[in-house]
Amino acid sequence: MAEERITDIGPPHYEQFLPPVIKANYGKWKYHEIPQPGVLKHVGESGDELYTVRCGAGRLLTTDYVREVCDIADKFCDGYVRWTSRNNIEFLTNKKENVEPLIAAIKAQGWPVGGTGHAVTSIVHTQGWIHCHTPAIDASGIVKSVMDDLFEYFGHHTLPAQVRISLACCLNMCGAVHCSDIAILGIHRTAPKIFHDKLRHLCEIPTTIASCPTGAIRPHPDKSIKSVVVNEERCMYCGNCYTMCPAMPLFDPDKGGVALLIGGKVSNAKHPPMFSRLGVPYLPNNPPRWPEVVQAIRKILTTYAENAKKWERLGEWVQRIGWNRFFEMCEIPFTFQHIDDYKWAYDTYNTSMHFKF
Amino acid sequence: MSDTPMLDQLETGPWPSFVKDLKRKAAQKPQVKDLLGQLERSYRDKITHWKHGGIVGVLGYGSGIIGRYSDLPDEFPGLEHFHTMRINHPSGWFYTTEALRMLCDIWDQYGSGVLNMHGSTGDIIFLGTTTDNLEPCFQALAHKGFDIGGSGSAMRSPSCCCGPARCEWSCYDTMEACYDITQEFQFELHRPGFPYKFKFKFSGCPNDCVAAVARADCSVIGVWKDDIRIDQAAVKAYAGGELKPKGGGAHVDKLDIQKDVVDLCPTQCMSWDGSTLKINDRECNHCMHCINLMPQALRPGTEKGATILLGSHAPILEGAQMSWVIVPFMEMEKPFDELKELGANIMEWWTENGKNRERVGELILRLGMREFCKAVGLDPVPQSIKWPRCNPFFFWHAEDFEAEAEGKTYIKL
Repeated sequence: MAEERITDIGPPHYEQFLPPVIKANYGKWKYHEIPQPGVLKHVGESGDELYTVRCGAGRLLTTDYVREVCDIADKFCDGYVRWTSRNNIEFLTNKKENVEPLIAAIKAQGWPVGGTGHAVTSIVHTQGWIHCHTPAIDASGIVKSVMDDLFEYFGHHTLPAQVRISLACCLNMCGAVHCSDIAILGIHRTAPKIFHDKLRHLCEIPTTIASCPTGAIRPHPDKSIKSVVVNEERCMYCGNCYTMCPAMPLFDPDKGGVALLIGGKVSNAKHPPMFSRLGVPYLPNNPPRWPEVVQAIRKILTTYAENAKKWERLGEWVQRIGWNRFFEMCEIPFTFQHIDDYKWAYDTYNTSMHFKF
Repeated sequence: MSDTPMLDQLETGPWPSFVKDLKRKAAQKPQVKDLLGQLERSYRDKITHWKHGGIVGVLGYGSGIIGRYSDLPDEFPGLEHFHTMRINHPSGWFYTTEALRMLCDIWDQYGSGVLNMHGSTGDIIFLGTTTDNLEPCFQALAHKGFDIGGSGSAMRSPSCCCGPARCEWSCYDTMEACYDITQEFQFELHRPGFPYKFKFKFSGCPNDCVAAVARADCSVIGVWKDDIRIDQAAVKAYAGGELKPKGGGAHVDKLDIQKDVVDLCPTQCMSWDGSTLKINDRECNHCMHCINLMPQALRPGTEKGATILLGSHAPILEGAQMSWVIVPFMEMEKPFDELKELGANIMEWWTENGKNRERVGELILRLGMREFCKAVGLDPVPQSIKWPRCNPFFFWHAEDFEAEAEGKTYIKL
């Protein structure tokens, strides 16, 4: 290469990407309002105003899409735009008169405005079948199907509190869905198949054995076969062995599917952060629209919306009414899968008479 | 008949359709046509068609690129190799359109034109390029000021909320902390030398908009030590309904200060007599509920910094953990020396003691908090526990007896 090779420069400094109004008011914002769903107004100590229009987007985009985002940002926002931690696009402007035409331009693209306040905002998700080697389910397709169904909740502040939905396409949880109000989780339900011929070429056997958190993997009893065997009764399908050893795939087109975990949050508001807990142990993997998943999420969301008190997050509502009432109200049959039998299971057993009939 | 009958069904409905977007790109790029073809096959077969593994990268780095190969290369030749590049994002995900267009031009030249804005860790994810294009793409980016992020057993690209750039609640400069820490640990970011991944995330306040507590090995969450700032006139305006709860983001129009704010305070440290809101700030636990409801009346105090929490990760292997408090309050002024030193100490201890694929939070559970605190030089503090142990099996070390001999007692006598 003719040009000098450059390494380890790190990301560009953020300051060059900040709109002038942000630079001028950096660290000196006084308050904010949400004048309408999808629009934030921040006011500085100086009196300066910044308007943000939040736009829902898929996480998976093309450069054509990003260029369309740029066209709108050039026209109404002096060329400034950002993304949120939940994959929304935010158009930023200090010109109040630009807000309505900006919203119109976004809507003309067919993009939704919303995701603020007491709404369902964009679903954080992983790659799924589009680009990952361990998924049990697709990601973008389920997200599209769920958001189509919950569309009314994106653009309106009608819920008792904000609802954060996330999707991870396998137990690796790259989407870190384990603290979401509603988590869509791809699960495998069968033990890995072992390709004994390939294993000895592709995998280091001690590492493969050590990778199993339940000790279900041991050396092949026939010493002439340099491979491993799996005690299927001890396997809980985490896929960690497959990550370490490509000769142990655990995909099953019919038995893999979706679990829903619910009631988690990361905010400290009122209650401390909470883990999501198992709501629905299994729903079928049913492309292209995953109707069972869509329907189950709607049922949980609407039951919560109708019954929670003001400001109650989904998990706070469940904590108040108790899990047995939650299962009853959402018409979810309680099964053995709901009773923890992994590490720290005892922490989840009830030692009180505080339950309902 | 269409090549993608199942995916076509995802072109309908009000939410933006990734299929529509990809189809448009497929008209310019044969490999994106193959990508749609293979995805359709996955929709039919209900399994992934991406093969496991394959190490690829750019010269001198061990991370930032994920090898990706199709298991149907004959059928979809454009996907024979289709690697991921992680591009380290700027703090807070702010961009100029000039920078975005430059990134698009580079990705159209060297890759598929398909990307994520952004991946779960925060990076810009470029999806799909060939082995030959990795190095030229990397250098084209580097010459425009962008570097690639972390992957494998390395420091991952730190990320942060927008903090002081656009939030009145931020208790420190999350944007600068994120940038500075990313620069400080460039070597660890690009050359995997850890037992497993290590993530830093920076949230400006206890609302934790980047989910630092759930997703970062080291979670840095802003907090204040002094009194919540109150504008009593604004409180009255909320009580009267002139100001809307949550700035207008709620499903109700008018706040009942007693019921909605005071009664729901988890520490019961507030009172309201109909005209004045009083807070016993010493009992406040920084939950943010009252501030969230009345952003024009209440703000965090002015003695600000961050709480350092450690140990979160997703369930694999030992079950999910959330980060727990190890330093209740740290001043967070540039150049963040205290955090850098603590971070380096943590990484050194973990690298020396951790097993392969053991996150730092799991190692602490295995070896004990006392071992950890001593190794990195932290004193025990009550903020790091929810409650003390209920078992009597606590350890005594020679140093405890030595301290007692020197006069240490366990209650003031």
